[in-house]
Amino acid sequence: MEHYNMNLTLKVWKQKNTNEKGRFETYHVKDISSEMSFLEMFDVLNEQLIAEGKEPVAFDHDCREGICGMCSMVINGRAHGKWEQTTTCQLHMRAFKDGETIVVEPWRASAFPVIKDLVVDRQSFDRIIQAGGYVSVNTGNAVDANAIPIEKHMADEAFASAACIGCGACVAACPNASAMLFLSAKVSHLAMLPQGSPERKERVMNMVNQMDKEGFGSCTNIGACEAECPKGISIENIARLNREYLGAMFDGGSKNAI
Amino acid sequence: MSWKNAFNSSVGKKIQMSLTGLFLILFLLVHCYVNAMIFYNDGGEKFTEAAHFMGTNIVIRITEIGLFAFLILHIVQGLRLWMQNRKRRNTRYAVSAGNATSKWYSRSMGILGTLILLFLILHIQAFWAPNRFSQTTGNGELDLYGMMRDAFQNIVVVVIYIFGCISLAWHLVHGFFSAFQTLGLAMNKYKGIIKSVGVAFSIIIPLIFALMPLAFYLHWIQ
Repeated sequence: MEHYNMNLTLKVWKQKNTNEKGRFETYHVKDISSEMSFLEMFDVLNEQLIAEGKEPVAFDHDCREGICGMCSMVINGRAHGKWEQTTTCQLHMRAFKDGETIVVEPWRASAFPVIKDLVVDRQSFDRIIQAGGYVSVNTGNAVDANAIPIEKHMADEAFASAACIGCGACVAACPNASAMLFLSAKVSHLAMLPQGSPERKERVMNMVNQMDKEGFGSCTNIGACEAECPKGISIENIARLNREYLGAMFDGGSKNAI
Repeated sequence: MSWKNAFNSSVGKKIQMSLTGLFLILFLLVHCYVNAMIFYNDGGEKFTEAAHFMGTNIVIRITEIGLFAFLILHIVQGLRLWMQNRKRRNTRYAVSAGNATSKWYSRSMGILGTLILLFLILHIQAFWAPNRFSQTTGNGELDLYGMMRDAFQNIVVVVIYIFGCISLAWHLVHGFFSAFQTLGLAMNKYKGIIKSVGVAFSIIIPLIFALMPLAFYLHWIQ
């Protein structure tokens, strides 16, 4: 891949805190290498702002390896940018041309209030996970890996669902701001494994109720979440979640649900 | 976990949309089958016979009450979903992903549904309501075939009907697959066939419906 430098115009969302109204601020960055990641380009911008005595742009990031789920930017209308199955930190500047204007916004959803600039509060996800309760995993000496037999393809599917990093791109991309893809991945990966089966009915009920309480929208099977998910979580998980919910709804096993 | 909760929860709502939607899909099939009898071009003989059965059979009449109940539930929950979901994002994106991540008709189910509702009000008012009114007031069934033939001489009526069928077609393209997805059936090997059957259904049924006013207007049938 050919290396090139570019000058860019950035329109970045600036918002002082949750209560104050935000607005777009225009910045110019020069000599950005095509081999930089999108976040490295933001580091350059922030160094430049600090040198100019201005306030840097606040944004979330942690591992910068595409596995932690912290980075969260809507770039030109696309959650994590236009590359498929890529987090913002793994989006590289070769996705852009010299002279381009890039609009950068935070995840926008009522359940994800903006803390500052591009940083949003995603604790609603944590509360959904907490509502799911616990799974019974034995501690102590390492258990033999084959003590509980699990069908190979079920293990693979559960693993594919467990790949969800909880970044919230599904919510950001969904026209209804629904968290259904996230929720379905979490419900699926436990429901498909024997360790998660005993509490599966209460789990699905409580997690759906918590999601509704947090103010996420309802899923209407639009599919934008699947298209934007950096981990390629399929909406088949949502179909599975619905089946789990239906089963729990018609079964006495859900009586312990809150 | 109460039934009220199941009725109002986000998954509960979509299950209601799915089940009522599937019932309405079945209704479309029956409605289309009965009305397509006009294409025998026998002066409405076979059609009138079928319409008489549909209008007087006790089982059909009871099912009709269920049909209206499901239709109203589908409309009420659909509109609730539309209104509530709009409020889940207070600040809108400056740049929209648009068609890059989803289909326009999947995002427009509320608008398409409202168009169908407006069409339905006109449609029920033109045929179903006067016929049932006449029946219940003891004046017998109306000549539905003659009413169709007369109504569809007006180009405005024909255009409204074709527009209604187009709205229905796009609503079905999303709705058919979505109904199965919601019930957790659109998985693995079934996904492809449900998608294909859904698209075929969404084209064939509204097309047959649209041909009815057109056939009368162009005098293909007398």
